Amino acid sequence: MTKIIPEITRESIINLVNDDKREDGRELDEYRSISIETDVISKAEGSARVKIGGTQVIAGIKPQLGEPFPDTPDLGILMTNCEMLPMSDPTFEPGPPNDDSIELARVVDRGIRESELVDLEKLCVEEGKQVWMLFIDLDIIDNCGNLFDACELAVMAALKSTKLPSVSMDGEEVVLDSENTIDLPINNKVAMCTFVRIGEKLIIDPSLIEEEVSDARLNVAVTEDGKICSMQKGGSLSLTRDEVSDCVHMAILKTKELMNYI
Amino acid sequence: MSKSIREDGRNYNELRPIKIKAGVLERADGSAYIEVGGNKILAAVYGPRESYIRRLIEPNTGIVRCKYNMAPFSVDTRKRPGPDRRSTEISKITAEALRPALMLENYPRSMVDVYIEVIEAEGGTRCAGITCASVALVDAGIPMRDMVVGCAAGKVNDEIVLDLSEIEDKQGQADLPIAIMPRTGDITLLQCDGNLSEEEFNIALDLAMDGCLEINKLQKEALMDEYSNDD
Repeated sequence: MTKIIPEITRESIINLVNDDKREDGRELDEYRSISIETDVISKAEGSARVKIGGTQVIAGIKPQLGEPFPDTPDLGILMTNCEMLPMSDPTFEPGPPNDDSIELARVVDRGIRESELVDLEKLCVEEGKQVWMLFIDLDIIDNCGNLFDACELAVMAALKSTKLPSVSMDGEEVVLDSENTIDLPINNKVAMCTFVRIGEKLIIDPSLIEEEVSDARLNVAVTEDGKICSMQKGGSLSLTRDEVSDCVHMAILKTKELMNYI
Repeated sequence: MSKSIREDGRNYNELRPIKIKAGVLERADGSAYIEVGGNKILAAVYGPRESYIRRLIEPNTGIVRCKYNMAPFSVDTRKRPGPDRRSTEISKITAEALRPALMLENYPRSMVDVYIEVIEAEGGTRCAGITCASVALVDAGIPMRDMVVGCAAGKVNDEIVLDLSEIEDKQGQADLPIAIMPRTGDITLLQCDGNLSEEEFNIALDLAMDGCLEINKLQKEALMDEYSNDD
């Protein structure tokens, strides 16, 4: 659905940002208040609810035993899906995931996957036959902007809280013990920092209206040791070489702050 | 500088062989064909034409839509036909990569359709697809600020190298596909996955931008071949 923003709103937001101000009084590089709650769904093996300002997302992790991919017979499987629920935004439509939703899920997925924070080798139960498949599902329940960072935080927090049933072999049979669980093997952290450009300036953690007024976006995912593990540019206009480098530099600093929440 | 030779014998800053041809299809308003190493890709452009999808109409500008598709026979294991999540994402970011170059403000309520068909894939199809689509857009005569050209850099065996092949992409530690508008160097597509330090990222970005400029020369040559009246 095409969103129409009144010219007067657009101008006022651009003018504010050009004066280093924002409509909600934040600094250009300041996040809204962030809260993370884990184990919010007891039926899920791992879960988290993340709020960034008014934005709210829930991530749930459901593991299942299944056959590995033929080219990686000894590795577990990660699968990320995202539902942009119609309840969360008047412009979201019911139905199968659209391109925005698929992009969001895939960008979040690459942050997790490329940081190699889940030890997929330890998710192998029987090489070539059975591995843990981790289904990572995101529900967007309230969209007030910056879903990318909220979703990455939610998945990270949910994975950290995930407990897998212990597995033993009884002859050929696999026996699951849900009473005795083990922590999901995790050996790194990742956080995502999203920038949008408004007028001439780049801002962090855009609110919904700031997203709508912006003309370019850059997501940067950084691991705990300060390495860039995933990036994605979006939006209708280009970014300069210097803008990209500035974002990367800033993201490495900012994600350190986000790591403290996980 | 000690830069080892890569598995296919290329230097760290060397592109795969590239062949571009403009105007290869009859019915499309604009078209092009590209080969980059083992990649073979066709692009076709229709429009600007009146948007027949009402919800997509923009009252003060035209829009660009893109469909990136891989043929079932383009890869080792047959790909199931139809859009999947990967191609949906690539379609979206390809349209966004081309959009900044197009002067669609003069075509309100209209749309431009870009179709990219990968008939054989060998790593780096999204960049080659953008490079090819840009030639097709020029061939269609759509007013543009600049061309768009795509190229990737990445990290393989701890070295930053240009234009990853399929094997390098699979074995590599990082992949950084970008697209730029070559006159200004503005970046219209940027993705990254893998593991890069800030310094490595900046080196890779510069390398990919140099690669883009080199490919842009071939884009222009292809258009000159098609449209010059020398012979």
